[in-house]
Amino acid sequence: MLKPFQLHEPTTVEEAISVLGKFGDDASVYAGGTELLLAMKEGLLSYDHLVNIKAIPGLDVVDYDESTGVLTVGATATHRALEYSPLVGEKFSLISDVEHRVANVRVRNVGTLGGNLCFAEPHSDPGVFLLLYDAEVELVGSGGARKQSVEDFILGPYETTREPDELLTTIEVPRLPEGSRHAYIKFGYHERPSLGLGLVARVDNGTLADIRIAVGSVGPKPVRVRNAEERLRGASLADLFGNTQSSALLDEAGRMMAEAAEPVTDLHGSAEYKEHLLRVFLEEALEEATRG
Amino acid sequence: MSEDHRLQISFVVNGRPVDTEIEPHLLLLDLLRDKLALKGAKRSCDMQVCGACTVLVDGNPVSSCTYLAFEARGTDVTTIEGLADGEKLHPLMEAFIDNAGLQCGFCTPGMILAAKSLLDLNPRPSVEEVKEYMRGNLCRCTGYKKILESIEDAAQRMQG
Ligand SMILES: Cc1cc2nc3c(=O)[nH]c(=O)nc-3n(C[C@@H](O)[C@@H](O)[C@H](O)COP(=O)(O)OP(=O)(O)OC[C@H]3O[C@@H](n4cnc5c(N)ncnc54)[C@H](O)[C@@H]3O)c2cc1C
Ligand code: FES
Ligand code: FES
Repeated sequence: MLKPFQLHEPTTVEEAISVLGKFGDDASVYAGGTELLLAMKEGLLSYDHLVNIKAIPGLDVVDYDESTGVLTVGATATHRALEYSPLVGEKFSLISDVEHRVANVRVRNVGTLGGNLCFAEPHSDPGVFLLLYDAEVELVGSGGARKQSVEDFILGPYETTREPDELLTTIEVPRLPEGSRHAYIKFGYHERPSLGLGLVARVDNGTLADIRIAVGSVGPKPVRVRNAEERLRGASLADLFGNTQSSALLDEAGRMMAEAAEPVTDLHGSAEYKEHLLRVFLEEALEEATRG
Repeated sequence: MSEDHRLQISFVVNGRPVDTEIEPHLLLLDLLRDKLALKGAKRSCDMQVCGACTVLVDGNPVSSCTYLAFEARGTDVTTIEGLADGEKLHPLMEAFIDNAGLQCGFCTPGMILAAKSLLDLNPRPSVEEVKEYMRGNLCRCTGYKKILESIEDAAQRMQG
């Protein structure tokens, strides 16, 4: 059962911040509510005031600036909006590819990208693709506006750098380098992902000219694995697949991924099992992203 | 919280205008079932997993068990009760009956509404596309095969 609360519907970011400031711990931002209402129904969270930020016009706009190559996603844009946006599909196909696989149609229809990031539930997909794009969030609070990389914004399970009176307003996503291809492997038998492994690769003349790797859901937060990227960059495709040497290289990169992701033992499986999965799916993702 | 926080909302359910006063924490499922006597949408998991409570808001599916009723203001809500045209069943309903796409029927209103939103978006989905889209609607009886067949059959009937 949901306990009664008072609903606030500010029409500007400033107004929302001032309502949040006024009621402090008794108030919460409410976007799609797909996480918040569940937690409130269970009695895990309780607020006397909900601030419906969907009432703020324009906070859900998805816009692309051709000259800078940056996609700006408004915090209240839904998973569905990103899944079906022709603009996103054409220029940011990694996003539409992953968004299509988030949750179920009903949650995608209502849940927002901003809500996903601010809740920071570890079993999530968007953190992984946003790390691959080197995306940034913008937050506005009583102390003014600030920008931060998504990588630094998410601190751990249900924990971000957001101050209680701050609103996440936009997510800025720069385009991937020309000629990049991607793979995203989502694995699990539960409602939420047990593992998300994302990879962006650019192949030049049979070698891995550039690579980005990010992992989510297995540990406390999504991570980029820069040492594994470094280790694999420059490898020739012939060296990567199908011989004992390549298998040693992938083992090494797989270990680096496990170290960075810090898999935890939970209902989705043991830490050891997840480490094993990382190695297996690294190879699968590499093949998908490098072979035509 | 007391009456001062009540909201006056109007929206359309199954083509019928509704004006009502509600509290902000009222869930759409409870508004439909308890105030409007539309019992087609069911409460089962209560956590957006099973889809038994699926209704369409402006044509798109939501879990009414975890969707605040006030969000429906100004929208067009469709429940299973609104699908038939008088005595004439919707092609999806006919296809579910003819293909035995239901047994106990508890999941069926949600299944049919989710399928309707799919066919409105994509009139000729592949089997893979149907499976992918319907992933969030669970059925404890049929084993899904008959449901997939029903949706495929309905897609054909709707092509005319
Ligand atoms: C059945 C189910 C399956 C799911 N499966 C997946 C999955 O496969 N992958 C995945 O990634 N996720 C999954 N999710 C999580 C899904 O709920 C989120 O991805 C969703 O986007 C959350 O957004 P929301 O708008 O509903 O957030 P809300 O519930 O409205 O808010 C969540 C939290 O963030 C705060 N908040 C929201 N927006 C802002 C903002 N702009 N500024 C400051 N604070 C804000 C709120 O105060 C609240 O604390 C699943 C959820 C369910 C219920
Ligand atoms: S009862 Fe709403 S999704 Fe299961
Ligand atoms: S017919 Fe019984 S749950 Fe689907």
